[in-house]
Amino acid sequence: MYLDDPTDADQISMADFNAPIINALGELIPGVEDRAAQRELSRLVGSYGANQIRDLLRRQPELLGTTQTMTFLAHDRVSVYVKHADNPSYSVRLSDQQIEWVDYLLEQGVIETAFNDVFFQSGDSREPSNAGILGAIVGSLLTMAVTLAIAFPVGVAAAVYLEEFAPQNKFTDFIEVNINNLAAVPSIIFGLLGLAVFIGLFGMPRSVPVVGGLVIALMTLPTIIISSRAAIKSVPPSIREAAEGIGASKMQVVMHHVVPLAMPGMMTGSIIGMAQALGETAPLLLIGMVAFIVEIPDGFFSSATVLPVQIYLWASSAEQGFIELASAGIMILLTFMISMNALAIWLRKRLERRW
Amino acid sequence: MNTMNPTITSEAEMPEESIVPVKDERPAETVIEEGSTVGIPYADDPKFKLRNVEVFYGQDRAIKDVSLDIGRNEVIAFIGPSGCGKSTFLRCLNRMNDSIDICRVKGQLMIDEHDIYDPKRDVVELRARVGMVFQKPNPFPKSIYDNVAYGPRIHGLANRKSDLDEIVENSLRKAGLWDEVKDRLDATATGMSGGQQQRLCIARAIAVSPEVILMDEPCSALDPIATAKVEELIAEMSESYTIVIVTHSMQQAARVSNRTAYFHLGHLVEVNETDKVFTSPEHELTESYITGRFG
Repeated sequence: MYLDDPTDADQISMADFNAPIINALGELIPGVEDRAAQRELSRLVGSYGANQIRDLLRRQPELLGTTQTMTFLAHDRVSVYVKHADNPSYSVRLSDQQIEWVDYLLEQGVIETAFNDVFFQSGDSREPSNAGILGAIVGSLLTMAVTLAIAFPVGVAAAVYLEEFAPQNKFTDFIEVNINNLAAVPSIIFGLLGLAVFIGLFGMPRSVPVVGGLVIALMTLPTIIISSRAAIKSVPPSIREAAEGIGASKMQVVMHHVVPLAMPGMMTGSIIGMAQALGETAPLLLIGMVAFIVEIPDGFFSSATVLPVQIYLWASSAEQGFIELASAGIMILLTFMISMNALAIWLRKRLERRW
Repeated sequence: MNTMNPTITSEAEMPEESIVPVKDERPAETVIEEGSTVGIPYADDPKFKLRNVEVFYGQDRAIKDVSLDIGRNEVIAFIGPSGCGKSTFLRCLNRMNDSIDICRVKGQLMIDEHDIYDPKRDVVELRARVGMVFQKPNPFPKSIYDNVAYGPRIHGLANRKSDLDEIVENSLRKAGLWDEVKDRLDATATGMSGGQQQRLCIARAIAVSPEVILMDEPCSALDPIATAKVEELIAEMSESYTIVIVTHSMQQAARVSNRTAYFHLGHLVEVNETDKVFTSPEHELTESYITGRFG
């Protein structure tokens, strides 16, 4: 069967797109004739190379029959060989024949090491060379958005209530003790709670950022409440007196003066709470955010994973290429952490007032 | 400046209970009979009518059976050694003690014949009528304009921006601050000097058009020049406001007030015209205090 109409779905799904890659490599390395050697040769290129040609033809059918220059990702084993041939902790899984070819192609400048932009543009994949962190970043951002939207208002409101309005009695003492205890509850317990309540009782879907965000919000609440209360306590009583002295009601004192003045402290505490939540893995394992997800999540209810879980998945994979990805993922996660903490410090310096 | 606006009842008309206690040779051991205030504690048609006031902090009785009238447009100074209850008593006049849980106030406290501690009373309205200036200047960390405009805003005194501008300008003028700050109304108030901050706090209190201004040691955190300015201001304000000032400085009490009340360990020992208190006090404790034997 011969491909003559790229717009025909049947034809394009039947066609062999590996052939042009093998042909191209065959031209570079003459003398590869038998089928076994050709198969070995084709394995220098990652298994998504054929898809790349097919997708190009789908988008631009007029290219059929022309000669195009394309860049393909090398196979993960080639990548490991090129980068880590001298490192004894990596084992090279190429045949001697393949090693010879790779050395030759390197000399010719056909194989080169370039910045891995695929890593920042795609979701997870079975092929280390095609796997990216974007899916996990988006998943983390969606989860954090849910966490922030729930934990910040509830936490601040709880802190304001406990600090300003709650009567001093056994019940509020009980609440306070519990908030302090919640801060020390192991995070996996929150995961179990999410599994039992949000998924089991409320019937929410598994592996979605909404459930992950809710669980992490519960976990972050104590941190936010405790830091917000400290911020409220640090508003000098003279400001309250001043406002009361000109006839501001309790609500006005709190809303016009105490909360705005405590806001930098509350925000600092919340950002640090969020940074902590960003690194949280255990509760998300229990609600199914540990799944292998290729698609980049496009909403709060689409399956997603998050950065630390993605790192965990890669670090426990068999292919050696994933080790590199896990390291890169760790750097990304640390970058997020450091930026969030830096933001918190900057906010505190910027907004803090002295009396 | 020391024109006596209220009609002060003479000593002869004073109620029976305020009999001068027997003088004792040793002032430190003088027994103060409860509710016995010498001098002229009562006035006709007073702004504040305070009778048998007692204040408790938990079990401690901080104010012991104090009865006093404060006349309209009068400047009255409260003096006395530290911990004598003068600030506590002052704070009863606009219920600033309400926010202290363990504090209880007993007795009859009336402003214009209305009970200050009536449970149905709107504290917000009371505090709008009875403004307060604190010991430490406590401007809000906002702009100068917003500091003064805050009171009128929350009480809805100005409907338009131009009205508000006018209130702010008038208040700052009355506080003698307008010329110093008119070009930087948007500057943050915490950047001003201590004296300016305190006058700003006075402007802020004036802005809600109160009838009474309570001042709790308004000059204790200020240098002498700033103090002189605030005192000048008090003298000017006495024309339109009733002013109650707590002070540690006897010179200040002598300079600004019409009457002076001397507190001692929660008792109101003597109330008299200021000149009399400082030249010929009736009570030996007052004399000991103003001559510097304790305090």
